[in-house]
Amino acid sequence: MTLKKILYQLNIVEQCKKSGVSLWQCPQFLFVLMGMVILITISLAYLIGARFIDNPELVAIIVMIITGILLVISFTITRSFERLFEVSKLKSEFINIVSHQLRSPLTNIKWTFEVLASKEFAVKPEKKEEYYINVKENIARMVELVDDLLVVSKIEEGAFTLHKKEIDLGQLIDELVSRYKVFAKASDIDLIFTPDKNIHDVMVDPSMLKILVENLIDNAIRYTKGGGKIEVKFKKQGKEILFSVKDEGVGIPEKEKIFIFQKFFRAENALKTRTRGSGLGLYVCKSIVSESKGKIWFDSQEGKGTTFYFTIPI
Amino acid sequence: MKKILFIEDEAALQEAFSGFLTSAGYKVISALDGEIGSRLAKDEKPDLILLDLILPKMNGFEVLKKLKGEDKTKDIPVIILTNMENIDDINKAINLGAKTYLVKTEYELGEVIEKIKKIIK
Repeated sequence: MTLKKILYQLNIVEQCKKSGVSLWQCPQFLFVLMGMVILITISLAYLIGARFIDNPELVAIIVMIITGILLVISFTITRSFERLFEVSKLKSEFINIVSHQLRSPLTNIKWTFEVLASKEFAVKPEKKEEYYINVKENIARMVELVDDLLVVSKIEEGAFTLHKKEIDLGQLIDELVSRYKVFAKASDIDLIFTPDKNIHDVMVDPSMLKILVENLIDNAIRYTKGGGKIEVKFKKQGKEILFSVKDEGVGIPEKEKIFIFQKFFRAENALKTRTRGSGLGLYVCKSIVSESKGKIWFDSQEGKGTTFYFTIPI
Repeated sequence: MKKILFIEDEAALQEAFSGFLTSAGYKVISALDGEIGSRLAKDEKPDLILLDLILPKMNGFEVLKKLKGEDKTKDIPVIILTNMENIDDINKAINLGAKTYLVKTEYELGEVIEKIKKIIK
């Protein structure tokens, strides 16, 4: 092992970064910290013992306090191993889910082209266009997933920043809603947008707001079966804007409500309704709202529908 | 003519591969979700079932368990055709009675047909 490698191994901050956990959750750092506390304890015990030889109670109390500190550090170390295990489990889950989500559209593209190129199986000219549209849709699916992953990666690296600018909020949301009208109509859903006419130009990050609103409308449409109504609203509330997206969809099962903003989580009834989906949308929404110093929450009843709310300070 | 039941929720993939199987000389019955798939397996008694794992209403494992638990369907060979490549999923499917497990991206359509031919001669 070269000196450089040894020095690299000793660089605890770097090692902890590599493990993907914070310094206070990193076993290497906590071990060094505990070692230092032990050394200081021994020295202090010697000094105190020598100075207060006539007062053994005081020495005992100090040693007990320090032992308590050591116990807390040991407990934190144990917990940090658990955290490392969780991080590693999340990483393998991440690879599993992402590879599956990318593989599905890839298989579609691969097999569609194989059919198109096949000599034995002659695709009728009128069918060809349908096949090419399918390829295009699958490429769009992959682009969407990669975009979501890029946002997630920026959030997790702490490189996620807001670029606020003054925009006409009503116009922006109206444009977003309009893009989903055809999709909603095809699913027999009435998509209604009610703007607050008193709000015009506000300082927000339009691209982040777009991701948020699109994710919520998209989910509302996809998880509303057999027609219904989706209402998109916003209004000024003190120094923030309150947005809401209300649907009459499948709702969120009571026992799964606490997991809904977790990365890759997909509710059981959502999985049964629609197999496509990465489980990243609401995690991305929550991260964007938190970064914007806002709040996100929901009211939901299984079988009746869900309303997602979020606030953005202006 | 041998009959194949293809349970797959991606409609485009379902259509493309079904056409391919038909031109290879098989009769294909399609199901876009697990519930319809398991019902068709009972009613149509196919010679082979191609089964995806991620399916609406009933997932592939649930379908497989149901098929292998019923007298009418327990002997129909099932090929898992999925994009899940986790070893736990593979073991689970084989233990539940799947004949073989194919990861879609690793196979060309022609190769899948070769596998089918080996199972139902």
